[in-house]
Amino acid sequence: MSAMSNSNWSRRSLFRAAAGMAAAGTLAACGSNNGRSGGSGSGVDLTQFFHAYGEQGTEQAIKKYAKAYDKANVTTQWITSADFESKLFATLLTKSAPDLFEFHPQIQMIKSGQVADLTDIITPVKDDFNPADIKSHTVDGKIYGVRMIDDPQFFFYRKSMLEKAKVEVPTTLDELMEAAAKLTTGKVKGLYMGDDLHSVINPMIWSAGADTLDEKNEIAYHTPGVIEGLKKMRKLFTSGHLLLGAPTASWDPSSLNQGLCAIQFCGMWAMPGIQKALGDDWGVFPFPKTIDSGKQSVYNGGWSMFVNAKGKNVEAAKEYVKWLWIDQKKYQEEWATSFGFHIPPRTSIAQTATKLKAGNAAEGVRLFNEFGHFDNIGWTQAMITSLEDVFANCVRKDMDPEAALDKADTAVNRELKKLFG
Amino acid sequence: MSTTKTRDLARPAPAKASPAKPRRGLRGSPTFNFWLFTGPFLIGLAIFVYAPILWSIWLSFFEARFTVTPDKFIGFDNYTYMLTNDDFVGSLGTFTVFAAFIVPTTWALSLGLALLVNRLRFMRAFFRSVFFLPTACSYVAAALIWKMSIFSGVRFGMMNTVLGWFGVENIAWLVDPSPPWYWFVIVTARLWLQSGFYMILFLAALQNIPGELYEAAAIDGAKPGWQTFRYITLPQLRATSTAVILLLLIAAYQAFDEFFNLLSKTTWGRPPLVELYYKALGESQDYGAGSAGAVILTVLICAVTLLQGKFMGFGRGDESK
Repeated sequence: MSAMSNSNWSRRSLFRAAAGMAAAGTLAACGSNNGRSGGSGSGVDLTQFFHAYGEQGTEQAIKKYAKAYDKANVTTQWITSADFESKLFATLLTKSAPDLFEFHPQIQMIKSGQVADLTDIITPVKDDFNPADIKSHTVDGKIYGVRMIDDPQFFFYRKSMLEKAKVEVPTTLDELMEAAAKLTTGKVKGLYMGDDLHSVINPMIWSAGADTLDEKNEIAYHTPGVIEGLKKMRKLFTSGHLLLGAPTASWDPSSLNQGLCAIQFCGMWAMPGIQKALGDDWGVFPFPKTIDSGKQSVYNGGWSMFVNAKGKNVEAAKEYVKWLWIDQKKYQEEWATSFGFHIPPRTSIAQTATKLKAGNAAEGVRLFNEFGHFDNIGWTQAMITSLEDVFANCVRKDMDPEAALDKADTAVNRELKKLFG
Repeated sequence: MSTTKTRDLARPAPAKASPAKPRRGLRGSPTFNFWLFTGPFLIGLAIFVYAPILWSIWLSFFEARFTVTPDKFIGFDNYTYMLTNDDFVGSLGTFTVFAAFIVPTTWALSLGLALLVNRLRFMRAFFRSVFFLPTACSYVAAALIWKMSIFSGVRFGMMNTVLGWFGVENIAWLVDPSPPWYWFVIVTARLWLQSGFYMILFLAALQNIPGELYEAAAIDGAKPGWQTFRYITLPQLRATSTAVILLLLIAAYQAFDEFFNLLSKTTWGRPPLVELYYKALGESQDYGAGSAGAVILTVLICAVTLLQGKFMGFGRGDESK
């Protein structure tokens, strides 16, 4: 064989390489580490996106439910919280889009045809769902998502610290500011609401007697009460009594549990963790009245399951949603109460959920029922960002609240015009 | 046929070897070989670079929310929106200031490090590695270390611990925009990450300066130190300096990772790319407006780069001139 022919691929070696690659590909596809849930499905493959919940055991639970389903192979992608929204939205535009995903009800997903109509699977059990949850998923009489959990959010406080500082549970924003001042000591800050304060934007608006949008889908947040609230929030932010730069975000109760603050805004999901860390030395209260004429409020967040309307297996995905989030009540209760605490959106499950019947959990449910505000499907991500910018500009950066709200109005009206004409 | 002869010399030919014949057909064609080697890369470039750029330009003239295949043509509306958007225009302005600061600072620091390392007589390789290693670190990882460990706002953050020894209250480095401590965090992270790379460029250029120049200068009475540096070293580094400044300028406008990770959801300290990310890829999903912003930013970077090249004479000469 000449040197010349040595330097070239022979046809045989090319075939050999191709066959090797094919075999390797086949083996890889057969391997157990391919991200499949291992279900004994009928050949239909479904992919679902979940954001990474903080509570231990949640990922395993979701995969367990998927594995128990025998009509499709359901693969779960568990995505870090900070990246979830951007990854979800970007992926929905591609062929790798998930068949199912959890998110919050938002009208732009319906307008852009991203989510499937689930009215037919929900209607038979519609009356068993919290009516506010149904309303928050309904556009033009059609229901576009199934609520999986309701997540009331309020303030958690250390009873012993408030008693020691002789501080009563605040019912107004002024009292909260005074409490934060009295509770701030050398090593402990009075209050923690997250570095960006985003969690308390809506509660502050509701507690000022305003709303994000009104019934006609017009701006309802630009009121004198909200402006007064923004000024108070600015005062609080610069008071030195607010914990800033904490290692964990406000959805994580670590700052309260580790004694970095005396009061923290968080969600009901954190209750088991707080109970474990602090015993009975804690309580909860709603976001206080921003102004005298306002009313205490609780943000009822939560997550809902949606079906990708542009997916390849819309009907199979709907069947899975019906099976898990409508038929499997046992799994729904486990999902809502066995890891963190959430309120099941199904009345029949909520009424029998024993873990939510006593102590602070029961108090959380009471606050949910008495002061709760639910997601508004017309309040979109772009609008949410606009009010986040208001908080960034005037609470954290000392812009005039009126000017900051004017700027938000421009952005929100642009969005409203696109959505509703 | 020098190639054939070289091959024959390198490997003893069989006794009856016939002289190599010119190859026939495609395999012997230089044009075929050219496309064989460059084709895959050109295809990749076309698919992953040029097509997205063209698609982005196309998208910028459409109402493209939550879709990349829009059908509603809106002309220059997205451009008007972006150019009248305070946050986007503000990000361009802020980052022109940032670039004006970080470019000369990094230039000076990396040149200083190169001079220092070049003169070392012992442990030279060690110090070169020490200064170069941060270049290998991911911007995201560095940002998280800066944020969670060194510049955490609570009492057990490293900087706050040190300041606490002197009775200074905890500083929320990245949360409170006034005073703007966040710039200190960002600038230190960026200097740490990129100075080592530019140091290597300067080091290579320094080692290319002929020793005779310094000898001749010494004979002519030039004093070592500042005088030699000012009149010999610096002019000899002109081409490298121009290239370094060009790269730094582009890097400053393309800043994303550390800003995105250090300053989540602020309205300040946002480089244009972070602004565009929130507009196009984040929660807003406005690909039309995001694409218009990307085109504006590209034009701006090209203009600044050309101006800088013209001003500093990039490409007009080499090191020796």
